[in-house]
Amino acid sequence: MKLALTEDQALIRATAERVLAEASTSAAVRRAMDSAAGYDTDLWRRIGAELGWCALALPEAQGGLGLSAFEQVLLLEQMGRRLACLPYFATVCLAGQLLAQAGRESARARWLPPIAAGQLRATASFEAPLAARRAGDGWQVSGRIAQVLDGASADTVFALARIEGEDALALFAVPADAPGLRRTALQTWDLTRRYAALVFEDVTLDAAARVDDPARLAEGLRRAQAYARLSLAAEQLGGAQACLELTLAYTQNRKQFGRAIASFQAVKHRCAEMMVKIEATRSMVYGAAAGAAAGAPTAVLACECDAAKALASETYFWCAGEALQLHGGVGFTWDYDPQLHFKRAHAGRHWLGAPERLREALAAHLLEPAP
Amino acid sequence: MNAAAANDEAAFRAEVAGWMRAHLAGRFAKLRHRGGPGDEDFEPALRKEWERELARGGWTGLGWPKAYGGRGLSLERQVIFHEEYARAGGPGRMGHIGETLLGPTLIAYGSEAQKRRFLPRILDGSEYWAQGYSEPNAGSDLANVQTRCRLDEARGEWIVDGQKVWTSLAHESDWIFVLARCEPGSKGSKGLAFLLVPLKQPGVSIRPIRQLTGSCEFNEVFFDGARTAADHIVGRPGEGWAIAMALLGFERGISTLGQQMHFGHELELVVAQARASGAADDPAIRQRLAQSWIGLRVMRYNALRMLADAEDGRLRPEALIYKYYWSNWHRALGELAIDVLGEEGRLVHQDEARRRLQQVFFFSRADTIYAGTNEIQLNLIAERALGLPREPRG
Repeated sequence: MKLALTEDQALIRATAERVLAEASTSAAVRRAMDSAAGYDTDLWRRIGAELGWCALALPEAQGGLGLSAFEQVLLLEQMGRRLACLPYFATVCLAGQLLAQAGRESARARWLPPIAAGQLRATASFEAPLAARRAGDGWQVSGRIAQVLDGASADTVFALARIEGEDALALFAVPADAPGLRRTALQTWDLTRRYAALVFEDVTLDAAARVDDPARLAEGLRRAQAYARLSLAAEQLGGAQACLELTLAYTQNRKQFGRAIASFQAVKHRCAEMMVKIEATRSMVYGAAAGAAAGAPTAVLACECDAAKALASETYFWCAGEALQLHGGVGFTWDYDPQLHFKRAHAGRHWLGAPERLREALAAHLLEPAP
Repeated sequence: MNAAAANDEAAFRAEVAGWMRAHLAGRFAKLRHRGGPGDEDFEPALRKEWERELARGGWTGLGWPKAYGGRGLSLERQVIFHEEYARAGGPGRMGHIGETLLGPTLIAYGSEAQKRRFLPRILDGSEYWAQGYSEPNAGSDLANVQTRCRLDEARGEWIVDGQKVWTSLAHESDWIFVLARCEPGSKGSKGLAFLLVPLKQPGVSIRPIRQLTGSCEFNEVFFDGARTAADHIVGRPGEGWAIAMALLGFERGISTLGQQMHFGHELELVVAQARASGAADDPAIRQRLAQSWIGLRVMRYNALRMLADAEDGRLRPEALIYKYYWSNWHRALGELAIDVLGEEGRLVHQDEARRRLQQVFFFSRADTIYAGTNEIQLNLIAERALGLPREPRG
């Protein structure tokens, strides 16, 4: 009945906080933004090989640490707070979770260990299925996915396809260098997260490339989608926290009319409002994560994670806007960080379900006739 | 939590639910879901009888130490009681101020004689308390109280002169605790006394305040040479502010999960009304219904964080935001409720479903004012949680 961090959880959070404060500074983030890959390759190596972050919430049987969504959320919150530029989200929170939730046994054994070890960069797309045609023992996959996170840098793409002539979906592991797969890096406003357009032209795959467990796919997809939303919500929570921290530091330092602008009630109250929204979001995100950790059934999990994502998206965008405003003129410059959060908050708001869409789904659930 | 403890808690929950089913029935049935904020003048006499029914069932003083007649129950069990009480539609508690505010204060700071005199009658529902803090010129700036008291040594009595305001249910109460200035010329939080004053005496007059809802739950209380025994002071003269603030600290969020059950019930009424009226087809209304549901989840998890952190007694961020959050959430629910009613909203309705929605709409305007206005809450958050410069205080 209580929502408290255990000692181990507090340690995970503290470690993430410390490592990222040092490794994912504003300067480091900007270097990653300017780089071709879009992420910090050294930090990525470190979190996979040394820190075990990729393994955190993946099953122990496949090289994971078997911890829960709660630990995952604590880590992601810190990544969001530091704008960490890493292939982590796509690899672990999209591809890893999708495999864990919907993958067949052999595919989990094949793909999860390298993901847990940080040796594979993967990504996945939940929406807009491709078309798959049976070709002998194998498959031919065609279609286009407009935006795939880290689609240009991933080693393996886990793509959903509708099987032609059958009312069924299938999940395929597609190597980045598969003939017929064209990847086009897209120019994004938010340079801390990269997307690519993927075109599949009769990509030929063998039977082993199909990785889903058909009996678990529909349910697993819903669960993986819920986890992805919760994960993004956790990052957004951290980002919103960073916006408040930046604003507190700036407004206590900046003097006008002979006093720190943070002493003006017009400014204080806006900072306090940011905190109210952030703590409310933290309660929602932690509560949803605790429910997921306790094994919430899929319908409940989906509602809770939709709620977390809807709330976190709006909190982050609002806090980023407030940070920008309360920084005054410098908030509009490239050199100060509010703009980074503003762009990331905007990009994330419309990813994995915009708040309006998620609330509509919740309303439909809420308004279902009572049984 | 281990399995045995979980079983014990489930058994306790079933016990509360069973008791409520059996007892909130018959002549008490009409009290279901009544008497809450905005409805506190509903059937006060019957609600006092209900308090005595609770006392006979052993459901008062749950968190009080056994030495003072309480049950010494854990935080978890108190929460369970509040949840099940609210789930069953238990009426607003007439004894709330005595049981949750004054009682714990006397247990911590009262004399043995005060404990013996007052605690049993709070527990058995025979005496009711009102709170005498706010004054016409001491609202957000509570330390500006001007009510005076002086000790008449010859008669061994305190004599109280002044005026208190926003006193809930004073006309239904027997006693009032009063924050009064005992050192003439003192200012602010210094020179105050915390007195226990009987309300039924010639020196006290009570005038109801008619609220915008038309009902009268709050009063003005005038003290004109009112008297109370010399030993009816908690702490020493001059310590009144510390006692008064400690009293406010006893409200530690135990009842918040029960409050949320009421909120959940209200949201269900709004949802039902939206289905019935067709408002549920309006995309904008649907967005607000979902938003409201999300807020309810937030409050639940926020309360669970508060309970986890309550043990070391420090006020954490989630506790500091709570009042601001719930009151603004509730006000938004009221606006949603009245919008769901649409054209019907401008008419006064007596049927339970619509009456309740209108009550939420109108009364929730008070939520963001009493117990620290929105503006004061934001100051507190900015100063205590964020460490921003303090507002000037006199």
